[in-house]
Amino acid sequence: MSQLINSVLVLLVLTGFMLLSSSRLAACIHVVAFQGVLLGLLAILMQHGELTVTGVLLPLSTALVKGFLLPWLLFRAMREADTVREVEPLISYNLSIIAGSAVLVFALWLGQRLRLPSQPPSSLLVPAALFMSFVGMLVIVSRRKAVTQALGYLALENGVYAFGAAVALRLPVLVELGILLDVFVGVFVMGIAIFHISREFEHIDTDKFAASTDRPR
Amino acid sequence: MIKLLVLIPACAGIVTFFVGSDRIRRGVLISAALTQTVLSLATWVVPPAPAMGAWLAEDPLGKLIETLTSVLFLAVSFYAVAYLREERSQTHSDFEEGFIFSNAREASFTGCLLLFLAAMTLVAVSQQLALLWVAIEATTLASAPLIYFHRHHRSLEATWKYLLICSVGIALALLGIFFLAVAATNPDGSTIALMEQDLRLNAHHLNVPWFKAAFVLLLVGYGTKMGLAPFHVWLPDAHSEAPSVASALLSGALLNCAFLGILRAQEISVAAGLAEFSGRLLLIFGLVSMAVAAVFICGQTDYKRMLAYSSVEHMGILAVGVGLGGAAVFGAVLHVINHSLAKAMLFLVAGNLLAVYRTKNTGGVAGALSVLPVSGALWLLGLFAITGSPPFGPFLSEFTILKAALDQGQTLVAVIYLSILAVILAGMAAPALAMAQGTPPEHIVPARSRSVALSAVPATLGIAVFVLGIYVPPVLTRALREAAHLLG
Repeated sequence: MSQLINSVLVLLVLTGFMLLSSSRLAACIHVVAFQGVLLGLLAILMQHGELTVTGVLLPLSTALVKGFLLPWLLFRAMREADTVREVEPLISYNLSIIAGSAVLVFALWLGQRLRLPSQPPSSLLVPAALFMSFVGMLVIVSRRKAVTQALGYLALENGVYAFGAAVALRLPVLVELGILLDVFVGVFVMGIAIFHISREFEHIDTDKFAASTDRPR
Repeated sequence: MIKLLVLIPACAGIVTFFVGSDRIRRGVLISAALTQTVLSLATWVVPPAPAMGAWLAEDPLGKLIETLTSVLFLAVSFYAVAYLREERSQTHSDFEEGFIFSNAREASFTGCLLLFLAAMTLVAVSQQLALLWVAIEATTLASAPLIYFHRHHRSLEATWKYLLICSVGIALALLGIFFLAVAATNPDGSTIALMEQDLRLNAHHLNVPWFKAAFVLLLVGYGTKMGLAPFHVWLPDAHSEAPSVASALLSGALLNCAFLGILRAQEISVAAGLAEFSGRLLLIFGLVSMAVAAVFICGQTDYKRMLAYSSVEHMGILAVGVGLGGAAVFGAVLHVINHSLAKAMLFLVAGNLLAVYRTKNTGGVAGALSVLPVSGALWLLGLFAITGSPPFGPFLSEFTILKAALDQGQTLVAVIYLSILAVILAGMAAPALAMAQGTPPEHIVPARSRSVALSAVPATLGIAVFVLGIYVPPVLTRALREAAHLLG
């Protein structure tokens, strides 16, 4: 079992690097979708003892929403926005990878220092989750397009979710559903905003936003 | 009863999306706001029973924030009906750049207003910390469309910044909740439920390093939403580009809800005996926010942005008050009320000024006292009130915090606090006087027949701010003391 969990975690770390390195927007969306499916799998693997109905249904719905529904929304936003299919990072892909590696080292170090009260089934769990969150934030600050920033938010949220799975939190079902609903509506509203941004600015580069920045006088 | 507090605005909000008639929709808005306010006032007489396995319950702090939100929303909804009536025409020309834009559908605007109220109420009555998180994120989602009411590129930019920065902040707060859950796990595997009361009563069993990390994440996450510097960058844009109705609610009600998220963590921290650690963090963030706000208020040429930065300042004051602990907490809780009423009034008045002068530039407004006598006077008095001049409410609460700082021997904090307040007073008084006095620009026609509600609502809020400066009713004092009790 822990072999399987470890493989899933390694795959999750790899998706983080793929997200940082791919230049095609569509590929990035696929990567985040894959993350969603892996998260569902992870949550099922982390169940202790017997499988319960909610214990399977919740991860399944997570995988469904994060792996299929949200990517579909983002693809639609991308198509309607008729954007150039390039990611257009503010920093080069090489630099992104280097930053990603530095973040991975930091996450491993942090994972060593944060001692969980009970031994997790894999020592990789906490570092992998933290790494995913950091990658999400890295994508948000280093990418120009609104769609990519929404993707970064999703990756960050996935990382946080992975941490929840890692410490085998048993949150009440209602709360789990509420969190999932919030993420769904969040990306939905972002999708609408992306559509409007593309119409208003005829591109979706948020770095064209500069009109209203204050400077000390 | 508690469920009704959330369900009434939620259902009304969903219904209004589909109502075609303006008249009926506005009626639904007012009646839902009215019913909800009556209900929340009733909870002061008849304490409601907890609902959903005590997940929803009213404690003194939550009751205070909930009632404040309801009352403020009711006032704003009267203003909103008048405002929407005036905004009827399909296209508008932009004040600053002269292009033509249209407004969002009124039905979606009203619907989002009501859903926003439902989410804020849920924040106030949630005792389960993860549910609280869900509710705070819901407030972001319900209020984002409000900012994009005027469909043009600046408001769109503000909406995007708001949505993204707050969502990222709140995602960090979720990580904080998970950390808290780890802190609440005993070595033998048993856990403390994520309920406010359970965590407080078992605070000494919490794992200290994990709790500290959780507190930092919650402070950063909810602090982003609350507008604490340096995470406040979304706030000036959102509050200045949103229509005044929405700005008043964002500043007067929403910031309090985010603050409540931090207060819940602080309550646990106090119970765990970690008040010194968390208090110092709050103190630092508070003073930094005040200082940053002072820098941007001085020389600010856009009066709505000036108000927005003033909100950053006041959130800083609240953090300083809670961070100091003791008597300052009472001042901070009182200041929540004073700031909400005064700032909501100022944003509504700013909306009136904007409608007549058609500019957000402080230099473009002059002679407001002669063009709009009521709004002009309220603007002047309101700015003096919000900068902490006697005899208004904010003076009383800011003074309470200052006095507590001096009594605790925190002289350095008191000096910094006082000098920042003085700088901000100077920075805001000059434009306020220039805008109110003088001769109005020639092309300004004194208002046509504008609806009474547009000046009556801010006037009522202004009277409340004035009264609270002179007389705090005993029932309120008791409620404030109870609310402050658990915060050290």
